[in-house]
Amino acid sequence: MSDTKAKDTKANPQNTGSGLPGGIFGQGTPTFLTTKVDFVVNWARRNSLWPMPFGTACCAIEMMSAAASTHDLARFGMERMSFSPRQADVLICAGRVPYKLAPVLRRIWDQMPQPKWCVSMGACASSGGVFDAYSMVQGIDTIVPVDVYVPGCPPRPEALIYGLIMIQEKIRGETLAEHETLRHEDPDAVGRPKADAQQVEALSGPFGNSTLQNRPSGLVPGIPQERPGDRVP
Amino acid sequence: MSDERPSGFKEVEEGPTASDDTHEDRPTAVDVVDEQSHPTVTAARTRFGDAIFRHEVMAGDEHVIFVDPERNYEILEWLKDDPDQLYNFLSDVTAVDYGSGRPIQVVYQLYSIPLRHSIRVKAELPLSHLEIDSVVPLWKAANWLEREVYDMFGVTFRNHPDLRRILMPEVYAEGHPLRKDFPLRGRFSRAEQTRRALAQAPEDYYIAKDFGPGREFQKVGWQELGAEPEPAATPEPEDPADESEHSTDPDERA
Repeated sequence: MSDTKAKDTKANPQNTGSGLPGGIFGQGTPTFLTTKVDFVVNWARRNSLWPMPFGTACCAIEMMSAAASTHDLARFGMERMSFSPRQADVLICAGRVPYKLAPVLRRIWDQMPQPKWCVSMGACASSGGVFDAYSMVQGIDTIVPVDVYVPGCPPRPEALIYGLIMIQEKIRGETLAEHETLRHEDPDAVGRPKADAQQVEALSGPFGNSTLQNRPSGLVPGIPQERPGDRVP
Repeated sequence: MSDERPSGFKEVEEGPTASDDTHEDRPTAVDVVDEQSHPTVTAARTRFGDAIFRHEVMAGDEHVIFVDPERNYEILEWLKDDPDQLYNFLSDVTAVDYGSGRPIQVVYQLYSIPLRHSIRVKAELPLSHLEIDSVVPLWKAANWLEREVYDMFGVTFRNHPDLRRILMPEVYAEGHPLRKDFPLRGRFSRAEQTRRALAQAPEDYYIAKDFGPGREFQKVGWQELGAEPEPAATPEPEDPADESEHSTDPDERA
């Protein structure tokens, strides 16, 4: 610092001998700084993450609370909920996603420009939750790539903020040298499932209490078991 | 369910029981069978005779009549227009499937705003013939409700103006989900369900069909009045006289 200061005062006649305090570091502060491009780019990106709220259920209530004055998501750079995917950086999928809504979610993700990240908020978006039924997507990671999963049913606003801070930490570790892999976007993948068939089956396998029910999907080999009261189609 | 691991719950083991079974063990289901307690039931029996199959009273004072599904439109039209009945408000149209090959019940929940009485009308459809007359000409509220029954149970409503799926995607190929024989997770594998879901075009459901130029818009009451050849150029929906007429005249109810 002292070297820079001495060199600068000699090189720049405007700063020499004025006797006036200049800059936040005192007299003779240099008017430039050196840093790494990665740091500047990541610093700019992670401190202005605009979320695209895709709220479909009670998780969206907590998301609204996170953006409201008590928790104030804007403190961390999520200054504005971007209700257009064209100006958004983070897709927050808050709530259950039925199959009828899956193409809409995928379309919104495809419309978001790079760089973009995705937060899966809550149990339903992350895994289908308790809705292990015919109409529900079993985790949005079968539809779009997900960076951070926020657990909870629904998660508290602090949990969503923590998930977004994890996105910020993830951005902090990025480098432009990996731009091609990090920001790779396959035009052929637009509108297609993110996971292939085997991945979808693995991700959407029955779990927890739902393994005890006697009505399996086509996932389980064999015909569905029948109760005495069932009507055979 | 295997015998080695019973769940301990009779309903889970054997499936749901029909509410119209014999009720020795369920004394609260049907307590009173008294036609005199509801004037509509007596009048309906007098007028339609054998078309009123039976009459039940649920939960003390909810009267249910089971009608001939072939004559449901005639009976419901009478219930709506007869000056002693005036059931001008259709609360709900739904259906029940009790499983075990029992018939699917189409349920009409009716209420009379001027006379302040209500009744439930059920029509039992055998699984081999899931077809019944639409009541959209009587109550416009039945439009989407009957679409929902068609979507969830596969009941076809004759003369319905727009009978297509309303909750599930229109390309849904796995059947009718609320039937008892429908597996809970659907018939296709999750991968196939995901593939089919993403293969659909959202515009087909949200823009082109419902808001596009090729589609006739649904009109509310005052719009239909304005569509008639009248000298008045613009109808005034906020006219208080118009609104009071809406609430009292049963023919204007949608």
